[in-house]
Amino acid sequence: MAETIISTDNLVKEYGELKAVNQLNLAIKKGEVYGLLGPNGAGKTTTILMLLGLTEPTSGTAQIKGFDATRDSIAIKRFTGYLPDQVGFYSQRTGRENLVYTAGLNGISAVEAAKKAVEVVELVGLTNVIDNKVKTYSKGMRQRLGLADVLIKEPEIIILDEPTIGIDPTGINEFLTLIRGLSKEQGITIMLSSHLLNQVQKICDRVGIFVKGSLLAEGSIEELAAELLAQKEIDLSVKVKDLSDQVIKKISALDEVIKVEKQENLLDEIYQYYFTGGEIDARL
Amino acid sequence: MPGFSNSFLVMVDKEISDHVKSWKFIIVVALILLTTFGSLYSILNIIRENAALINKGDNFLFLKLFTATDGNLPNFMTLISFLGPILGIALGFDLVNSERNRGTISRILAQPIPRDYFITSKFTAAVIVILLLVFSVGFLVMGMGLLSIGLPPTLGEFLRICIFLFLSTIYIAFWLSLGILFSIIFEQAATSALASLAIWLFFTVFYSMIVNIVAQSLSKNPFQINHLTVILSRLSPNYLYDELTTILLTPSIRTLGGLSFQQLQGAIPSALSLDQSLLLVWPHFTALIAASLICFAVAYLLFMRREVRA
Repeated sequence: MAETIISTDNLVKEYGELKAVNQLNLAIKKGEVYGLLGPNGAGKTTTILMLLGLTEPTSGTAQIKGFDATRDSIAIKRFTGYLPDQVGFYSQRTGRENLVYTAGLNGISAVEAAKKAVEVVELVGLTNVIDNKVKTYSKGMRQRLGLADVLIKEPEIIILDEPTIGIDPTGINEFLTLIRGLSKEQGITIMLSSHLLNQVQKICDRVGIFVKGSLLAEGSIEELAAELLAQKEIDLSVKVKDLSDQVIKKISALDEVIKVEKQENLLDEIYQYYFTGGEIDARL
Repeated sequence: MPGFSNSFLVMVDKEISDHVKSWKFIIVVALILLTTFGSLYSILNIIRENAALINKGDNFLFLKLFTATDGNLPNFMTLISFLGPILGIALGFDLVNSERNRGTISRILAQPIPRDYFITSKFTAAVIVILLLVFSVGFLVMGMGLLSIGLPPTLGEFLRICIFLFLSTIYIAFWLSLGILFSIIFEQAATSALASLAIWLFFTVFYSMIVNIVAQSLSKNPFQINHLTVILSRLSPNYLYDELTTILLTPSIRTLGGLSFQQLQGAIPSALSLDQSLLLVWPHFTALIAASLICFAVAYLLFMRREVRA
């Protein structure tokens, strides 16, 4: 069992009457890809901001690698990369200049920074446009530049807030593969938030389902499915040679079968189940 | 820790290059240079033609470069008191809200830097830019004056000019802080620019009218009205700055208020020495610095308490 690297202990954040985060207990292990899944307004971004010490919790604590997020946020930010959901760059400057600036803020010398900028840009596939002004970049390119910006400080932990928002489906797949690769090859712990289950399940080792400030369920996609199905009837998918009405009739004729229907996405069902009460705003 | 101060320098460096490359800065600088040269040209003409007349009574011809006027174009002192605030506001009004709107603020604050670096580096960079600009323009005026009238400044005159330029920097820094303050309060850069300009307009145009009305309604005694007007006027940074620079650059002015006949009796009508002039405006000096610092402190506090996510 790997050690816990990110943890929160009864974390609460209130904005006036509204409880954005309610008694949250998270434990994320070193090297895993953890997905925080929930609809908009569930408190995902607030949780992330509290982990980085950018927002103070109302009560409870958040820790990364044993550092308290409120008191030692500078120490945490030295080895934690954060990609905000609406990542912004200085658009009058080139991609390279933006990256070198970030490196400078992390205490990396200019010479070293220039070298690293080339490396990370190659990794995210922006080598051709590195000297173009960021204002000419597309949304997907910006997002990849954002990842390069996070990688240039050589983080041990990367926190991504809605990393796939606004990118086209092919772009999303490339991006997610890239993230998955980083975790598996370099052992970087990754926490990402999303409201799209389809994406989260592709790359996450574990998923926490987060609605209205509380964690409803947690585990791998399989575990979540099992938990859900234990409470309901079991859905089976049957492989048949030739699908015809007769086959369906035969199966329906069995006493144990309650209902036969065409296969829906199992994930969709999990999604629906956990999000009753939360709004579902978009699906890929 | 060395890494910390380094990242502060990196931020200041970036802010300075942002300012210098920005169009608004170039436009304001062009405006300042153009008017400065215009006023300098007219003043040099006057001085060359009637040097003896102008210099009658005292020996501060060089300071006249900054204070004399032919009636058409304002002198350098007035120019700075008028264009300085615009420069300060232009540098400050979108510093924080533009970063918030572009979404760069959360990315920058996620780097291992103390949160206040974000605002202090912006302030430092803008003050450095203002300092350099004010001193370059001031020295340019001195140099051109030197070349064309051929009379070098005395040490006293030189020091007076340096102190005047330094004070101008502080005065402009006040308007800069005000701009930064509004850039934190208002999300839209246009709103914050308008709010800053409204305050500036209020102090340059309307404040003196209001002060007159208030003073006259409070008292019927003309001496008291005068007294009240001066006291109320000094609440305005513009008035403070104007009084301050007038005293500093016109050594023959011996007092800020009226003098009674008793006080005048036995006084020798001569110019004040530098330390005496400074003594006269010392309260103004400290008040102006305090105003700038308080304005920045409010902006600082407000920024530190703001949520990163609006």
